[in-house]
Amino acid sequence: MGFRIVKLPDIGEGVAEAEVSAWHVKVGDVVREDQPLADVMTDKATVEIPSPVSGTVAALGAEAGQMLAVGAELVRLEIEGGDAGPQAAAPEAGVAVAPEVARAQDAASGRPVAALVPAADGLEPAQPAPAPPSAAAAKPAEPARPAPAKPAAPRPASPPSSGPPRPAGEKPVASPAVRRRALESGIDLRQVRGTGPAGRIGHDDLDAYLDAPPEDAAPAPAGRVARTAVEEIKVIGLRRRIAQRMADAKRRVAHFSYVEEVDVTAVEELRAALNQRHGASRPKLTLIPFLVQALVRSLPDFPQMNAHYDDEAEVIHRHAGIHVGIATQTPSGLMVPVLRHAETRDVWNSAAEVRRLAEAARNGLAARDELSGSTITITSLGALGGIVTTPVINRPEVAIIGVNKQVMRPVWRDGAFVPRLTMNLSASFDHRVVDGYDAALFVQALKGLLETPATLFMEA
Amino acid sequence: MSEITTKLLVLGGGPGGYVAAIRAGQHGIDTVLVEENRLGGTCLNVGCIPSKAMIHAAEAYHAAFLQAGDASPFGLSAGPPRLDFSRTVAWKDGIVGRLNTGVASLLKRGGVKILRGRGTMVDGKTCLVETDTGPERVRAEHVILATGSVPAALPHLPFGGRVISSTEALSLPKVPATMAVVGAGYIGLELGTAFAKLGAKVTVVEMAERILPAYDAELTRPVARRLGALGIEVLLGAKATGLSGDALAVEVGGEARTIPAEVILVAVGRKARTGDLGLERLDLDMSGPFIRIDERCATSMRNVWAVGDVTGEPMLAHRAMAQGEMVADLVAGRRRAFHKVAIPAVCFTDPEVVSAGLSPDEARNAGHEIRTGLFPFAANGRAMTLGAEDGFVRVTARADNHLILGIQAVGAGVSELAAGFGLALEMGARLEDVAGTIHAHPTLGEVFHEANLRALGEALHI
Repeated sequence: MGFRIVKLPDIGEGVAEAEVSAWHVKVGDVVREDQPLADVMTDKATVEIPSPVSGTVAALGAEAGQMLAVGAELVRLEIEGGDAGPQAAAPEAGVAVAPEVARAQDAASGRPVAALVPAADGLEPAQPAPAPPSAAAAKPAEPARPAPAKPAAPRPASPPSSGPPRPAGEKPVASPAVRRRALESGIDLRQVRGTGPAGRIGHDDLDAYLDAPPEDAAPAPAGRVARTAVEEIKVIGLRRRIAQRMADAKRRVAHFSYVEEVDVTAVEELRAALNQRHGASRPKLTLIPFLVQALVRSLPDFPQMNAHYDDEAEVIHRHAGIHVGIATQTPSGLMVPVLRHAETRDVWNSAAEVRRLAEAARNGLAARDELSGSTITITSLGALGGIVTTPVINRPEVAIIGVNKQVMRPVWRDGAFVPRLTMNLSASFDHRVVDGYDAALFVQALKGLLETPATLFMEA
Repeated sequence: MSEITTKLLVLGGGPGGYVAAIRAGQHGIDTVLVEENRLGGTCLNVGCIPSKAMIHAAEAYHAAFLQAGDASPFGLSAGPPRLDFSRTVAWKDGIVGRLNTGVASLLKRGGVKILRGRGTMVDGKTCLVETDTGPERVRAEHVILATGSVPAALPHLPFGGRVISSTEALSLPKVPATMAVVGAGYIGLELGTAFAKLGAKVTVVEMAERILPAYDAELTRPVARRLGALGIEVLLGAKATGLSGDALAVEVGGEARTIPAEVILVAVGRKARTGDLGLERLDLDMSGPFIRIDERCATSMRNVWAVGDVTGEPMLAHRAMAQGEMVADLVAGRRRAFHKVAIPAVCFTDPEVVSAGLSPDEARNAGHEIRTGLFPFAANGRAMTLGAEDGFVRVTARADNHLILGIQAVGAGVSELAAGFGLALEMGARLEDVAGTIHAHPTLGEVFHEANLRALGEALHI
C-alpha cells in the first residue's frame, strides 16, 4: 500500500490559485481512475479534476470554498502497491473532536495544513448531540494545562468555557503557524477560544472553531416563540465570484440608467409569424435575437457602447466584433455566456446559439471561453421583467441593456386609444466614458429599429 | 530608450528589497530589482556587517593589548600587538564583497533581473532607471519601495571634512588619535567603543541624561560601566554646538567646552530616503517623514508597497527582510499580514544589549499587571569561564497567566540569545514553558532559563 498525492494542476494561463468549489468525493471513498474528484473554480471557469489513478481517498487538501495554490495537495489517495515515498507518510490520526478531520501536508510549501472535510452526508458533525465546541476541543488539550508554580503564586487564569473568548481589547495568543493558517482560512483569531496555557490558540482550537455548529441551533420549543437562530452560509464558489464582481462594478463604475418604452407590437407580430411559418424546422425565436439584431445594426454608429474600459490603464478598447453577453440564471447563480460575433449571425442562428449557451451554463458545461469576452450585455427576466430595472454593468463593459416585461397598453394615437403591446428597455451605462446624450441617442436607435422591424433586416 | 515590462519592480537592493526579490523569484514572479550602488544596502555595505567586522577586530586587538600589559586573569602574556589598520579595513571590505556576490547570486538563482542605476519613479507603475548603457523605462504591475535611509545630519555640524557619518567611520584611513561621537545611541556607542579599543581617545556627547535612551536604565548600566572602564568620556545632557577650530564645541550644563577631535562622528539617527526618487510624484500618504503603510505594507496607492527603513522605526534589517518576504507572498496572491509579537533589537555595544518585546515599564504602561525575573551572569558558570560576568537576562510576564511579554538581556555575547527570546514571544510562551525547557549546560542560555524560574519564584542557582 502507498499514497499518491494529487496536486492541483495548472489549469490555465496565469492562474496561481483556484477555489475548490465542490467535492465529489470524501475521505474513505473508493475512486476509479478518471472519476471526478472535485470542481475547482478560477476567475473564468469551473474545471473538473479527475482522479489519475484508482484508490481510496485518504485526505482532502481543502474545504469546499477554500483557495488552493496551483501545485498544492488536492487529494491524498491510498493506492495498491504504490511506493511509499517521503511525502506518502500516513496522515496523522484525526483529532478527537471530529472524525472527519484529516491533516494534510501542503506539498508546495511543506507547511502543515489541517483541512476540515465535511462528513459523508452533510455538514453536520457525526456526533448525534454535538457538545459546545470549546468543551469538546478542551479535552484533548487538557494535559497541556500546567499546574501553578507554587501554592502562593496566583493561579494562571484558565480560559472560561463559555462567553466571549477573551476580554475585549485583549490580543489573542497564537504561534506564527497558527496565525498564518487562520489568516489563510479567513478566521478572525479574536473570535477563537484558546484552550492552551494562557489562553493560547492552537491548531486544535482552529479545528474546533471551523467545525463548530451554529451557536443558536437550539431545539424548537412548543408554542409561538421568537426565532433567534441565524443561519451562516459561507459565500463560496460562484456566489463569491458574483459578490466580488458586483461589488467591484458598483464601486468603480459610475452607473446611470435610462429607461424608454418601446412599441413591440410589430416585432412581436413578426416573431409570431416566423415561428408559425417554420414551426419546429427552425429554432423558436424569442425577442432576444431581434434585440441582438438591433444591437448589430446600431452599434457601428455608437462604437463607444461596444467597448471595454480598462480603468487601471485608463484606456478604452472599442471592439469591432459584437460579442453579446446574455445574463442567465443558473441553479448556482448568475452567469453570462457570450454570443460571439453576433454581427455574423441571423436571427435563427442567434436564437439557436443563445439557447445552446443558456443550457450549457445551466448544466455547468459552458467552456471557459464561452463565459468571457463579451463586449455588451443583455439581461432579461422575461415575464418577470418588471417595469424598470437598473442593471449592473458587466465590467469592463460600459453598457448593459435590460429587457422589461411586455404589457398591452392603451396608447393615444391619431385621436383615439389603441391597444399596443409595449415593453420598456432599461439600459445602464458607465457615465465615466459614456455621455448621457449619446446613451439616449443609442436607446432611441434601438427603439426605432425594434418598432419598425423591417429596418432590422435592411442593408443600409 | 528601451522599455521593460515586468510583474514586480523592487526599488532598492537592501535587506528589504533583495529579500522581497528573492522570494518573488521563488514564486515564479517576473521581477526586476533596481539598485543604484552595491547590493545589500546600508546593512551589508555600511551598516550591520562592516561595523560588526570592525567591532570584532577592535576587540581582538584590545584583548591582545591587555595581555601585553600582563592583565590576563589566566596568566597569558604576549608582546605588544601591532595593528595594520589598512589591512583591517581591507579584511572588512573582503567580507562585504563576499556577501555582495552572495546576494547577487541568490537573486540570479531566483531569476531576478538586476538593473544597476538610479531609479526614479515616474508614476505608480513606471520607473526610469539611469543605467550605464542609457535610460531604461520599467513598467510593473506591482512596485515595492525599499529605498532605505541615510544618516541624519545636524544643521550646525554638516557632514564634510572631519565631520563624518557612520559610513565614513567604517573606512577611515587610520585610527584617529582623538574622536568625538555625537549621539549615544547604538550606532555611536558601537563605533565609539570600537575606536576606543583600537586606541583612539573617544568622547561621547549625548543630549539626553543617559546613554542608549531607547532602552531602560537598568539595562544600559553595564554598558555605561564598561565605557568608563575603557576610558571613554561620556558627556550627558550635552549639546554639540558646532566646530571650534580643530575641536568640537559643546555646551554642558550651561558651560561651553571644546573637545579636541581629529574626527567627529555624528550618529544622531537615520532618516528615511524619500527625497530624490520621484516619490513626490506618487500619491503616497506619509506618516511624518516616512511612507505610511498598513499591516500588509500596502501604501495609499494600489499595488505600491513599501518595506524597511523608508516606512519608519524600528529601522532594522530583519524587520525589512520580514516585510519584504511578506510582500512578495502578497504579490504572489497569498494572504499575509504583518502580525509579529516582537521585533528583537540588538546593540553590539560592550557588553551587548538585546531587547525583544516589552520592558517592565512598557508592560505596566500598557495596563498589565506583571511579574519579572532577573538573573545575573555573575551566577552563571559559563559566563565566569568567559571572564564576562557583567549583565543579566530579565523577563517580564503577565501576573495572571504568566504569558511572557518581553525579554531583555545585557552581557557579552547575548546577541545570540535573541533567537530564543524571539521564539518564546512568537510562540506565546508562558514562564512555565521556558522554565520547563532544558537549557544546555554550561551555556549563557541557562541565564534565560533561570530568569524564568526566578520570575516563578523557583530560581535554583541564586
